[in-house]
Amino acid sequence: MGLTVALCACGSPANEPGGGALADGALLGMPEGLPMHAPARFSIGSEAPSDRVAMWDIDAKPDGEGLPMGSGTVAQGRQVFETFCVECHGATGTEGPNDALVGGDEWGEQMPSVRTVGNYWQYSTTLFDYIRRAMPQLTPGLLTSNETYAVIAYLLYLNEIVPEDAVMTAETLAAVEMPARDRFIVDDREGGDGPIR
Amino acid sequence: MSRRAWVTATSGVVAAGLIKTQADAVALVPQQAPDARPVPRPPGRFPSGLGQRAPAEQPRRMFREALSSSSRTPLQDLMGIVTPADLHFERHHGGVPDIVSDDHELLVHGMVDRPMTFRMADLKRYPQLSRIQFLECSGNGGGAYSRDDMPTDITVQALDGLLSTSEWTGVPVSTILREVGVRRGASWILAEGADSSLLARSVPLDKVMDDALFAYGQNGEAIRPEQGYPLRLFLPGWEGNANVKWLRRIEVTDRPTFTREETSKYTDPLDDGTARQFSFTMDAKSVITFPSYPFALPDRGWWEIKGLAWSGRGRIARVEVSTDGGRSWADAQLQGPVLPKCTTRFRHLFEWNGGETIVLSRATDETGYVQPTLQQLWAARGTATAYHQNHQRAWKIASTGEVTFGLGDLV
Repeated sequence: MGLTVALCACGSPANEPGGGALADGALLGMPEGLPMHAPARFSIGSEAPSDRVAMWDIDAKPDGEGLPMGSGTVAQGRQVFETFCVECHGATGTEGPNDALVGGDEWGEQMPSVRTVGNYWQYSTTLFDYIRRAMPQLTPGLLTSNETYAVIAYLLYLNEIVPEDAVMTAETLAAVEMPARDRFIVDDREGGDGPIR
Repeated sequence: MSRRAWVTATSGVVAAGLIKTQADAVALVPQQAPDARPVPRPPGRFPSGLGQRAPAEQPRRMFREALSSSSRTPLQDLMGIVTPADLHFERHHGGVPDIVSDDHELLVHGMVDRPMTFRMADLKRYPQLSRIQFLECSGNGGGAYSRDDMPTDITVQALDGLLSTSEWTGVPVSTILREVGVRRGASWILAEGADSSLLARSVPLDKVMDDALFAYGQNGEAIRPEQGYPLRLFLPGWEGNANVKWLRRIEVTDRPTFTREETSKYTDPLDDGTARQFSFTMDAKSVITFPSYPFALPDRGWWEIKGLAWSGRGRIARVEVSTDGGRSWADAQLQGPVLPKCTTRFRHLFEWNGGETIVLSRATDETGYVQPTLQQLWAARGTATAYHQNHQRAWKIASTGEVTFGLGDLV
């Protein structure tokens, strides 16, 4: 490891947090593990086919980037929920056995012990991102985009975040402001001999 | 055989200098009659293609059978710092996928000049790096974090077994990002797995450029399926969940994606109405692995207290041990090697006088951070989060020698 540290000219020793920012590494020398005579490019690997990128790039970001076309209503979502979700989340989204999705007390000074979509989820787009990735747990990937929008509409309605006539689309979903949105702070722990955080 | 005859028969041996003293010669007197048939020694086994543990040595992970579940490393059964790969802890969210390495590809795209795919054979052609480093789930130790119902009959495996250490081998992420050409303005990546839950986490670009690995090796062989075969992201010193397994996609971005695992999970609600987010680093921590529940010291006298200390911020600088419930502390011996972002074995020789007492350890890392008490953590965070529970662990030794977890009345 000493050898690689000696060859790392990226401005901070290897294994130290916080160092080696991209600009430094790009401007000052070689990334860790590369000898000075390493080429600028190895040309090992393949150009990514654009259809592969399109097929795999499934994440959705808070501003709505990555959300697909489609729409769903609260009423449609109730049907989706009763078909695919109640077994794990209960008839009203509160009974379990898996995570409660609905309700929980309002988040005041103290965090309620039950954390739900209503009181702890930060961005509405995370619902689409997560359901498309991982739900239903035994058959992930099964839901259509329309069904996914619909079940999100239903969950937001149960949590009293959208009205009963709400229709979820890429645009309307990204515009939903979640109750917990501004509650999160970036990690402020920093080691050292200061106060425990 | 008469003594004279024996001396005659062995005189050549004496002459050759193999028997130097009369005492040696006496020790060679045969124990059996010369015509008694000795019991032969059985021959051993042939060499084999794969070694096995001794039948009496069968350490096991403890686990719960579920799709989104975990298994825990038997820390009490292990020596040194390296975890045998088949005992490395597991945490996965959609089960362990069966991936054929030859079919697996890593896609790197987003804010890059050249979106690329890499087969495993491609990644293995790049300059290779190995490091011995720990991996710990940020929920490790959460089981001991209940003000109302503090367990005493809990093993170190059940308590802190979501911790393992391996020699990880792979290609630095920085090498691959250099290959694809990261565009100016990029500041995060999204890492995504190929398991059924497509688990995804956002990671700051400066971390992955600093010391992250695309890891395909673990303790000298291919990563085990439970650890992400054939490829995982390895982020030294950072919470396990962000070390995405079965890695298939890296998207370079200019902001976090805010996936479920970095919003509704793996965030730490505090006492002031906020929740800490992107709390990646595992702070310094230590745990005594011996003596620990359910062991009982059979005798008073000399015992060696043994344990592990680690920090996600660098090397362990010091471990102190108390054998009187925290009233006095002594420096434990640190067993080398002491590596950054790696477990360090510590030892402390202790003479137990047979009285009831409590043993504790506390680690200090090279940043000067001292492993806090539970009261310090509660004061700083409240009691709403069970993540990042790195407070000092205590084991109570009863006068019977029985060992239980915790400080008893002192919490």
